Amino acid sequence: MSDPQVPETQAAAPSNAAPPTQTTPQQAEPPSRWHSMFREITTGSAIISVLAVVLALIAGAILIAFTNEDVQKASGYFFSRPGDTIAAIWDAVSGAYVALFQGSVYNFRRPSFGDGIKPLTETLTFATPLIAAGLGVALGFRVGLFNIGGRGQMLIAATLGGWVAFAVDLPYGIHMVAALIAGILGGAIWGGIVGLLKARTGAHEVITTIMLNYVAGYLVMYLLRDGFLKAPGSNNPKSPASKDTAIFFDLLGPEYNLHFGFVLVIAATVFTWWLLNRSNLGFQFRAVGENPNAARVAGISVKKMYVYAMLFSGGLVGLAGINQVLGTTTSGFGAGLDSGIGFDAITVALLGRSKPWGVFAAGILFGAFKAGGFSMQAAEGVPVDIVLVVQSLIVLFIAAPPLVRTIFRLPAPGSKSRRQLPNVTQEVAAK
Amino acid sequence: MKLELRGITKRFGTLVANDHINLIVEAGEIHALLGENGAGKSTLMNVLYGLYQADEGEILLDDAVQHFSGPGDAMAAGIGMVHQHFMLIPVFTVAENVMLGHEETTFGGRLDLAAARDRVREISDRFGFDVDPDALVEDLPVGVQQRVEIIKALSRDAKVLVFDEPTAVLTPQETDELMAIMRQLKDSGTSIVFITHKLREVREVADRITVIRLGKVVGEASPTASNEELASLMVGRAVDLTVDKTPATPGEPALIVTGLTVLNARGQIVVVDVSFEVATGEILAIAGVQGNGQTELTEALMGLQPRVVGQIALYGKSLRGHSVRKVLDAGVGFVPEDRTEDGLIGEFTIAENLMLDRSNREPFVKHWNLQLAYLDEFAEEKVKEFDVRSQGIGTKVGRLSGGNQQKVVLARELSRDLRLFVAAQPTRGLDVGSIEFVHERIVATRDAGTPVIVISTELDEVAALADRIMVMYRGRIVGIVPGDTPRSVLGLMMAGEVPEQGGAAA
Repeated sequence: MSDPQVPETQAAAPSNAAPPTQTTPQQAEPPSRWHSMFREITTGSAIISVLAVVLALIAGAILIAFTNEDVQKASGYFFSRPGDTIAAIWDAVSGAYVALFQGSVYNFRRPSFGDGIKPLTETLTFATPLIAAGLGVALGFRVGLFNIGGRGQMLIAATLGGWVAFAVDLPYGIHMVAALIAGILGGAIWGGIVGLLKARTGAHEVITTIMLNYVAGYLVMYLLRDGFLKAPGSNNPKSPASKDTAIFFDLLGPEYNLHFGFVLVIAATVFTWWLLNRSNLGFQFRAVGENPNAARVAGISVKKMYVYAMLFSGGLVGLAGINQVLGTTTSGFGAGLDSGIGFDAITVALLGRSKPWGVFAAGILFGAFKAGGFSMQAAEGVPVDIVLVVQSLIVLFIAAPPLVRTIFRLPAPGSKSRRQLPNVTQEVAAK
Repeated sequence: MKLELRGITKRFGTLVANDHINLIVEAGEIHALLGENGAGKSTLMNVLYGLYQADEGEILLDDAVQHFSGPGDAMAAGIGMVHQHFMLIPVFTVAENVMLGHEETTFGGRLDLAAARDRVREISDRFGFDVDPDALVEDLPVGVQQRVEIIKALSRDAKVLVFDEPTAVLTPQETDELMAIMRQLKDSGTSIVFITHKLREVREVADRITVIRLGKVVGEASPTASNEELASLMVGRAVDLTVDKTPATPGEPALIVTGLTVLNARGQIVVVDVSFEVATGEILAIAGVQGNGQTELTEALMGLQPRVVGQIALYGKSLRGHSVRKVLDAGVGFVPEDRTEDGLIGEFTIAENLMLDRSNREPFVKHWNLQLAYLDEFAEEKVKEFDVRSQGIGTKVGRLSGGNQQKVVLARELSRDLRLFVAAQPTRGLDVGSIEFVHERIVATRDAGTPVIVISTELDEVAALADRIMVMYRGRIVGIVPGDTPRSVLGLMMAGEVPEQGGAAA
């Protein structure tokens, strides 16, 4: 192109882009609708999280009542004796939630305290990988990255860490640390690829993480059948058991499943908190997550931050993966090792508002759902799917904060910025 | 048509944006609505246009009370609006844009484009607009796009036309043409409400002036009032519109730019072979209409543009091709033109924003740890020094007013040891009080011996600050002229005409 003409087209083009002139700063236009929505959903206030859980439990109660046979029977003669239906609903719902509590926190029916508290330790055991992976996803959220590659990162972590755990001979303790580091590195590498692709080519992390989930899944399946993960003398696609020198020790003795992984997860939470809130790297992470343009102008390399963030994010998710191999299923793992944790982690991160201690609390809640869900089914015959529905509803309510606010009549945050909204809808309505 | 607003009150939560505003616009009158940004002018007009419902008060047209539940009602009643940000669809032709929203169709639902074309031609001829109905809107210059907006309003038989900050995107010449159009419209009996915060334009064209401050009418003025009177009404106190500054004492050339050419992301050349120098202790103002390469030029200086050819040397050291980090570390202070987008992180606190571009080194960071105690101390000091009004350094910057936000940016940039200071549109969208403050600071920076570049589209600002003025048009330098060059010459230069004396003067 010869230059005289070029600025011609250019002179006209910016006129569309030019309008940022003279806008009142209070009404600062959102950088982009998607960006501000993403921020709202990932970092909104804690109260919304709590209310979302409450709402989801209420919705769950309604479902329990509807699916309960006694309630159905009693509702057949609802108009002659409505009391029966109400009593049946109460029995069904309270029974289910009491069972949920007893299955996840403390079982009063057990004779000793040691037995009674066992459900709580189960909850914490279930929570361990959820928290670790949730921290990883949350860290990504804070940098504006949507890491849905939890499954792939966990599998690669388990592959590397698991291999160190069953194939290498090392003394007690050192072996565990080596396997742990290998696992975290595995997750970090798998996440780092995503960061690198985004920084170098602009590939969107949602696409690349999903695709890398498949790559990791089939890779591990191949390795389990024909590769170095194959257990000798077995036809099952399952790896050999981790060596005793590598596995996490029990925290409360052999009676309980709770293992060292939980301590690691507490440490990971503290680390993530420090990283995000007290370190300069975290400062740059958050700056990029909130406003990448301003970060770039302030000399922060946005691309580098994407790579670093995905390394840390993948590493934390990797911790969840290695936790499975060294703590939960030490007898060898298959391709289903992640058991949905990589995706539940997204929910946990959302519920925890992408804040480390929020994620910790959300992880424990989800651990409780997992632990309690089974006992709810066993004791009351409530299908375990109800728990899944409740979990899904929580996400739904969190993703629609205005809905929760309307139900509980909460004021909208920063009502100033919402001023733009009626403008748009009414204009559309008028046409 | 006579327009009357009676006791209009509009609240947003606890904020009263309009407080019992009364306004009468007679038929065939240009009525200027003058006020600072955020005074409530736009809210009032949105109420008039049916976009907002007033909490109290009523709208009367020719003494009949109106109820608008949306812009459709307002348009039907004869109210037209020329928005600050044009509401045009770039890929549609002029005629298509004009008919949009009240399309006439022929048999089988086919659009009656011929009728729309005739309409555009008829109105265009009546006012001498010279607009081709078949031109694509995106190919038209900004001034012509604005005319399309006017045609759009007139095609719906608007008797009251509201112009919301219409001159923000225009060259001085285009502004003059718009003024002429407004007079013409007025002569044909249209009532005009002209919203602006630019005093000069108001005095030139308005028949009556109503000044709004903090949501209330604070006074009426006649066009004969002086700038100082109008400004003090707007701000609520006496304002010094001129900047006190001593003549510059330029030293050695500090920044030398030679043959700089910049390509944008789409591969278009947006800055063409630009060469200039800035000496220590002088302010070089880069003037020009928005979108003529100034933005890209500053971004190239800062290392924000990836595709740059030419030389940029600061005290003999090349800056070209370095990362933003390196450029900042070389002692360049930068005020970006869009502070909410590029200068600040709204969700961060004042303190965090004050360390934004020094997040990698002491004294704010030691051994990977943020030095929060030091940061708080630093922030307290800067907030005091730069008079940032807030509820404390923990306030989120997004909650501050524009003026205070800009003070945060200035405080951050000016609290480093600067070897060059680049301020792009430093007072855009600020109130008069903040403008004074920012200008004083920029002059003080110059007086401290720092070379300063100010990029501005406002001639007032250029004239007030510049020691030398460089005018850009379509990516090229039209000329570099002394700071006291008359406004009319600058206006012509901004439209691309080279002054007779040639550009090498000064």
